[in-house]
Amino acid sequence: MSTSVLWVAVLAACILGFATKYIGHLVPESLVDGPRRSRIIGLLPVALLAGLVVTQTVGGDDGIVLDARLAAVALAVVLLWLRANFVIVVIAAAALAAALRALGWG
Amino acid sequence: MPTDPLALEHTAARRQGLSVGLATGIYGISFGALGIAAGLDLWQTVALSLLLFTGGSQFAFIGIISAGGNPVTAVVTSTLLGIRNGLYGLQLARVLRLTGWRRAAAAHLTIDESTAVALAQEDPAVQRTGFWAGGLGVFTFWNLSTLIGAVVGNAIGDPRVWGLDAAAAAAFVALIWPRLRDRTGQVTAALAAAIALIAFAPTPAGIPVLLAALAAVVIGLISSAPSRARDLEQPEGDLL
Repeated sequence: MSTSVLWVAVLAACILGFATKYIGHLVPESLVDGPRRSRIIGLLPVALLAGLVVTQTVGGDDGIVLDARLAAVALAVVLLWLRANFVIVVIAAAALAAALRALGWG
Repeated sequence: MPTDPLALEHTAARRQGLSVGLATGIYGISFGALGIAAGLDLWQTVALSLLLFTGGSQFAFIGIISAGGNPVTAVVTSTLLGIRNGLYGLQLARVLRLTGWRRAAAAHLTIDESTAVALAQEDPAVQRTGFWAGGLGVFTFWNLSTLIGAVVGNAIGDPRVWGLDAAAAAAFVALIWPRLRDRTGQVTAALAAAIALIAFAPTPAGIPVLLAALAAVVIGLISSAPSRARDLEQPEGDLL
């Protein structure tokens, strides 16, 4: 693939990516202000991020994969339940996943 | 300012933003190295991190180019994966309340991480601090490490060996945790997770997360009707 074709693709992706982000911020308040719409929009981040957590935790190349990530996220949930600090939770999850993989699992 | 009762929360939000920035930033090394391996030059790889600045779209883009795919497919997939940033913007605009170039800058920093750090805070002023700390933290480290990865190659090896993929998932769980205190948040997250799980195998990358947004629509509609909201809130403890 030629460099110029690649450049066009790179810049097109960047422009469309920014436009997508910007449109969200530009939607007029009147369109999102009713109590029902307001509630839905308020719940959108939690829904999208919960979906993201699932794909990051068990998503594989060809479907669902249960591996060290699931154990690490389960540990994170337990630590959050115990009110552990954010940084501790993240480091503990990484350490468990790394250790399990070093032992040859996941 | 020790007299400000919110000062501690602002500090905590900044610290969260910085940690998320560091943890995510390390992945930039992989991105930089993979960009070069995919056949992009240094400037193209760096441009994607600076200007596209949304990891999922960037990895999909270079993945398709690397596999010899059509550049149009790469652009379409990248854009599809970016739609969720637009949905985050709907809520963030109401929290940030910006105009002009500050709104454009905030839009550029609107990604999973900055949204999640904002969402993890209670007070609106602290949410704003969290957004900028998360967004600028990731922007700084992501771009620095993209450059490092593109120039020196994949210095850290496979990020999975270090458990970094699990760390990212755990960080998002920790950031949405405060929203799981009330029943509406719990049911929304559980439904969203179920949708993403069911949709994962049959739909292409990025679609399961977008479909998870339906959970917000369904729960938002149900719980805005007071009588049914009460039904939802009382007896269904075993639902989760």
